[in-house]
Amino acid sequence: MSRIVNMKVFRGEKDSGQLHDYNVQIDDGMVVLDVIHRIQATDAPDLACRWNCKAGKCGSCSAEVNGKPSLMCMTRMDTLNNDKPITVEPLKTFPHVRDLVTDVSWNFSVNKKIKPFKPRPKDADGKQRMYQYEVDRVQEFRKCIECYLCQDVCHVLRNHGKHEEFAGPRFMVRLASLEMHPLDVEDRIPFIKEIGGVGFCNITKCCTEVCPEHIHITDNAIIPLKERVADRYYDPIQMLFRVLGGK
Amino acid sequence: MAYPVPGTREPFLATRRQDAWWVVPLAMATTFIVFIAYASWAAFQPVEYSKFGPYISPFFSPDLTRFIPGFTWSPALLILWVPAGFRLTCYYGRKAYYRSVALSPSACAVGKGDRDYKGERALPWVLNNLHRYFLYLVTVLVIFHWIHFFDAFRFNDGWGMGLGNIVVAADTIFLTLYVFSCHSLRHLVGGKIDCYSCAAAGVTRHKIWTGVSSLNNLHNVYFWCSLFTVGFADVYVRLCAMGVWSDVRFF
Ligand code: SF4
Ligand code: SF4
Ligand code: FES
Ligand code: FES
Repeated sequence: MSRIVNMKVFRGEKDSGQLHDYNVQIDDGMVVLDVIHRIQATDAPDLACRWNCKAGKCGSCSAEVNGKPSLMCMTRMDTLNNDKPITVEPLKTFPHVRDLVTDVSWNFSVNKKIKPFKPRPKDADGKQRMYQYEVDRVQEFRKCIECYLCQDVCHVLRNHGKHEEFAGPRFMVRLASLEMHPLDVEDRIPFIKEIGGVGFCNITKCCTEVCPEHIHITDNAIIPLKERVADRYYDPIQMLFRVLGGK
Repeated sequence: MAYPVPGTREPFLATRRQDAWWVVPLAMATTFIVFIAYASWAAFQPVEYSKFGPYISPFFSPDLTRFIPGFTWSPALLILWVPAGFRLTCYYGRKAYYRSVALSPSACAVGKGDRDYKGERALPWVLNNLHRYFLYLVTVLVIFHWIHFFDAFRFNDGWGMGLGNIVVAADTIFLTLYVFSCHSLRHLVGGKIDCYSCAAAGVTRHKIWTGVSSLNNLHNVYFWCSLFTVGFADVYVRLCAMGVWSDVRFF
């Protein structure tokens, strides 16, 4: 059923922006990204937004819809209350560029600090073996589309701006996918504790709540990493055994 | 210095969210306050009210008075720190109280105002890394809960069953599920292994890890069910012992 909905979209550059009203005609089956495109077509051709696949797979169209970090292309209008104004704002955890676009390049710089995959030496017959059941666990982490919604919602970054000290949930997922890989022999535990700052995470699970790929970020990546850090740095008995064992 | 992003300027509790995000943290904070107040009160009550027939309140288990001659205080005072510490350091428990009591954050994408934050890197919360030690201790309590579970069928006039047995069973079963779905246990039994095909008993440990992982999916549910059933078991035994409620005997 076609209807008119009041959209409040953030417009402006850097700190000078504000919400602008657009009354938009909505048709059945539209998602928020369609509405943004309709605003571009009818009212504001210069409205800046990022998108690419419109299928929830490229991770470009991240924004805050009614305050909730979401992919605009996966948020159907009929899941929102259409009788009230609907707000669409840029992510708040990265520097603002224009309208709905933010500069997410900080994430790329964090990624570069992570030591890459380092496989163990090959077996005597020149082959490298691993079994499906062993890699099932890390395959969940490979689903990440780098939408950075988890980074956006994480209070450590969003509200405390600890970008220099905490890598954020997206990179805890990546670190977990490398650390738990059956063939990998690199040691990233000191990095996870000191530079990645896993101790800043207080496992309050907002990252898990917003992840469009439904990755169990907190339960399957962060908590297991915290346990590994505890093995190395916070467990007196294990530390004693390591000293006695000369490790 | 904080990274210059707009979110850092969000005032305390400010949000654009339109849903009733405050309901869950409010309900949880209320539950915690009521439970802690009740448990503290109960710990100081006379021991007589902790037993009725074959039933023993889980707050008073194990009954240490039997092992320490001349000990007249409630055994609860010696025991309660174990389950309390276990829950306080539990990964799910942490989520629940960081959100509902510390309001850090109270809900996702809700402002925190201007406050300092060190997370679990500094005292006191860095101590939460010792959760595994509480796991070891609480496993002993689980054994006692099962002993009391079986003892609870031995009435003065022989074997029997009453409503109290169901109350005690609910506590025992949910406590067991809660403990066996623990994240630290999940790590200990096999989560710490990367290459199961290389590790000693790797395939078996992978199976055990898979089992604990599937219980772990409902860890939050078991946390609450076990909190309610342990509290209710104490209330039930207390009301029976005080004569306010009479236990229903099935046979
Ligand atoms: S669980 Fe940790 S990483 Fe995820 S949003 Fe919360 S504090 Fe951030
Ligand atoms: S973990 Fe999920 S929320 Fe975070 S970047 Fe990847 S897909 Fe997005
Ligand atoms: S446009 Fe690709 S995820 Fe939305
Ligand atoms: S994580 Fe909750 S009891 Fe261990």
